[in-house]
Amino acid sequence: MLFRISSEPLETERLKAALRADRAGACICFEGWVRDHNEGEAVTALEYEAHEPVAVKEADKILAEARDRFGVLDIECVHRVGSLKIGDCAVWIGVSAEHRGAAFDACRFVIDSIKQRVPIWKKEHYRDGESGWVNCATGRPATER
Amino acid sequence: MIDVTAKYFAAFREQAGCGDEALATSAVTAAELFGEIAAKHGFLDSVARCKVAINDEIVPWDTRLDNGDVVLFFPPVAGG
Repeated sequence: MLFRISSEPLETERLKAALRADRAGACICFEGWVRDHNEGEAVTALEYEAHEPVAVKEADKILAEARDRFGVLDIECVHRVGSLKIGDCAVWIGVSAEHRGAAFDACRFVIDSIKQRVPIWKKEHYRDGESGWVNCATGRPATER
Repeated sequence: MIDVTAKYFAAFREQAGCGDEALATSAVTAAELFGEIAAKHGFLDSVARCKVAINDEIVPWDTRLDNGDVVLFFPPVAGG
């Protein structure tokens, strides 16, 4: 069980290998990728920022909750910070379990909870040169971008 | 009055024009302090959508402040 923040590209195959266990009958991996659009805007790049001490604490709680609630064997999760380009992997989650149902459910719980609870922020850069923090109020209508 | 350090992240840091500042405040709770700094810096997000941490622990908005606290103001998060 491990969550960490990384400023380097994620080596997903190596991350997955850490989940191997003879008891495991299922491994579910989720990759969140940088998409070239959001809410009608053409996105050219993203920047992620985290407050690492609190992010790690909160994410560790989420992983422990997921393990206890779904009875999975292991969960690993890494979230990128820094500048990312289209197609980059921003977050990776791997879950191993004896059976697939628990692994799917735990993986979904972890990504949904991270999006709601962990102090990580995303700034989008748009094709027109503007930029904006996702989910944050700016006082500027989206149509002005 | 107590002395605290406020820290700002992401959109809040850009709107405040700084990452942290020392404040002397009569605010009793984290929510009251947020009200003061939101008015000062023009933060538009409501308390309901934001989070607060004191000395690196996420706490409820009605938590009372102590002299010397480092209060972290988190705008709406957007990981993943």
